[in-house]
Amino acid sequence: MTRSIKLVGVGGQGTILAAKVLCDALINAGYDVKMSEIHGMSQRGGSVSSEIRFGDEVYSPVIEKGKADVLIAFELMEAERALDYLSKDGLLIVNNHKINSMVTLNGKVPYPEGIVEDLKSKVNTVVVNASDEAIALGNAKVMNIMMLGALVNADDLHTLDIEQSIENTVKEKFISLNKQAFQKGKEL
Amino acid sequence: MKKLLTGNEAIARGAYEAGVHFASAYPGTPSTEILENIGTYKEIIAEWAPNEKVALETVIGASIAGGRALAAMKHVGVNVAADPLFTFAYTGVNGGAVLISADEPGMHSSQNEQDNRNYAKFAKIPMLEPSTSQEAKDMVIAAFELSERFDTIVMIRLTTRVCHSKSMVSLNERKKVTPKVYEKDFNKYVAVPAIGRQLRHKVEERLTKLKAYTNDSDLNYSVNNSKQEGVIVSGMAYQFAREALGDTVDYLKLGFTHPLPKDTIDTFCQSHDKVYIIEENDPYIEEFAKQLGHHVVGKDIFPYSGELTPDVIRRAVLSENIENLEVNKDKIVNRPPTFCSGCPHRGFFYELGKKRRKIIVAGDIGCYSLAVGQPYDMMDWLICMGAAYSTGHGAQTITDLKPDDDRRLVSVMGDSTFFHTGINSLLNTVYNGGKTINIILDNRITGMTGQQDNPGSGYKLQGETAQIGDIEAICKALGIKHVRKINPNDLKEVKATINWALELDEMSVIITNWPCVLKKRYKEEDFETYKDMWQTQDMVMQDTCTGCKACLRSGCPSLVFDKEKGKMSIDRTTCVGCDVCLQICPYDAIVKAGDAA
Ligand SMILES: Cc1ncc(C[n+]2csc(CCOP(=O)(O)OP(=O)(O)O)c2C)c(N)n1
Repeated sequence: MTRSIKLVGVGGQGTILAAKVLCDALINAGYDVKMSEIHGMSQRGGSVSSEIRFGDEVYSPVIEKGKADVLIAFELMEAERALDYLSKDGLLIVNNHKINSMVTLNGKVPYPEGIVEDLKSKVNTVVVNASDEAIALGNAKVMNIMMLGALVNADDLHTLDIEQSIENTVKEKFISLNKQAFQKGKEL
Repeated sequence: MKKLLTGNEAIARGAYEAGVHFASAYPGTPSTEILENIGTYKEIIAEWAPNEKVALETVIGASIAGGRALAAMKHVGVNVAADPLFTFAYTGVNGGAVLISADEPGMHSSQNEQDNRNYAKFAKIPMLEPSTSQEAKDMVIAAFELSERFDTIVMIRLTTRVCHSKSMVSLNERKKVTPKVYEKDFNKYVAVPAIGRQLRHKVEERLTKLKAYTNDSDLNYSVNNSKQEGVIVSGMAYQFAREALGDTVDYLKLGFTHPLPKDTIDTFCQSHDKVYIIEENDPYIEEFAKQLGHHVVGKDIFPYSGELTPDVIRRAVLSENIENLEVNKDKIVNRPPTFCSGCPHRGFFYELGKKRRKIIVAGDIGCYSLAVGQPYDMMDWLICMGAAYSTGHGAQTITDLKPDDDRRLVSVMGDSTFFHTGINSLLNTVYNGGKTINIILDNRITGMTGQQDNPGSGYKLQGETAQIGDIEAICKALGIKHVRKINPNDLKEVKATINWALELDEMSVIITNWPCVLKKRYKEEDFETYKDMWQTQDMVMQDTCTGCKACLRSGCPSLVFDKEKGKMSIDRTTCVGCDVCLQICPYDAIVKAGDAA
């Protein structure tokens, strides 16, 4: 059986690195893995997503609407935006964090309220304060790896050796911080 | 060893393993990373060319001289390179030659959707279509063998999902290939009419041989599930079809798609009650099968445009609709692409915008295409790379025929687009005595596609330093009398220069010169030219700010409006001190915050 995990966020939040670490762990666990990203313009601050599919033999590298088993959202509005990709009985893990868009920043429209409630009313939702916890750890950037901790905790993926994949993927001097973030994520 | 690679990385690896000596490209999504990755192999000479025609021509030269050579480009790039392609298809190769065409069903980041499989048929050259990264790598190696065996350039057609999705690839060693001897061969390489007429027959003979070969090629194979229904499919659509239809049908998976394997298709169609042809974009395989007299189902149920992702196939074949969770539109707002904080295009378009009623803006393709949106509204049309100056000239000619229309044409393009094909267009305006205002937004890099070096950036693809192409000197050498080079972050200078150009009754060139905030490599002299580049920040004095929001007309994402206080502030994490908002503020409420550190 092929399973599908979609990661969404805003450019600069580290979705690509998180997807890389997760893919590495899945490969090491013996799965066939395919992953897909759409590279658009290189502008910063836009919506970004990575799609991972794994199983015995994977065909399509993309996730269809309504077919993701897990949606990991690094930002609230991005969770809502990608919700139609999640299966009705899928799992949503969302970082309780807002990033303004250009149009909310300049005061044209407000950042929408009540997203968490809306998400919870529709689907099995786990809300984690990964951005706050990452800042508490001393580096806002490790939020992405913390979200992987939340993933293995909430889903049946604890057999994955994410720590080994952090060593394989992350720059030397950030390895121990990312491992801490991963452990913290498991507790959230 | 196995590795998870994108299709583009796999193509690069294939080039390495195939013993390729030379590769050239002009960037373009989704093909860009092919050459970027080839550039990481020191054994291969990898170059950026100023455009796709030049890229393919250098590859042709490398092949004739005996090397194995590869050119890569996005689908519309092949239009630019079509001229040399069609004649090289006549002469054939010496060292193997491969052309990679990366198509964009669904137009994720392109101006059109064209199915370049038609080019293989049109130019009468063999074509391969991979559906995974492993196949992408293997097919590059196969393409070089085919190229040398059948004496022809070979095209590999990729699509966005093949280029940018990752799957497992096993890696092998590089094959040692020594460049072949080159000996002058007038009857092969000099395509004058007398020889062209002979080569024309050679092409047809080659095609006949290839038609026999494709039937036996193991790149075309069937997957037998002992079903009455069958699917003929190529490229990524194969993966999508297997996902959607699983083992409920048989498959004929085509990897060698020009020429198409007639006998294989005949046999497959005859042994199935119903055959679907699943292919993205044009009915390329479908028309072939129908010509053979087979009743197949194709574009009558599958869309002619966009990607044939599994959901699309399910809907078409099984009439299956998946219910999804609904997105609450009230809970999301867009994240529109904007000029980055510090983007040097901002100041210029801010000032040009004030002349909106007096001008028509001929646009072009690059980051500055974003000026089409709010708050700039600064583009009347966009056609293809290099077209701003020439479409502008044509439009000025007609506008001038109308007694009641005195609008001036302002043509805008970037440095990479200028080097690509803009120079030709500008020369045309000089030659024909046009009077357009021609802008070169010189941010010293090819920005839109991810900061690739170009003839004006000072660096080559593999990192060595290069001569900096002098745009101002080029314009003067073309014979343009009125050329000014300005700093786009100095709004007074921008305004004065636009006024100067509007008052002239002759053509002019304005070069706005300041680096892209994301440019990666600088030379020492750049730091002298661009004083204090990105070293400062701007801030809003809260007491002075009236909350008038005039600064927002700059369209800068670093500007934050605090609704409660009714005042602006500047985001310290993104501001790089370009000072555009500082100059716009009518109350002098924005000031330099000193050094960024
Ligand atoms: C024939 C063709 N080749 C490549 C592309 C892809 N492409 C779009 S914009 C662009 C680069 C534009 O660079 P530049 O003109 O310097 O403007 P910037 O983005 O830096 O502002 C490229 C390569 C294309 N659209 N058409």
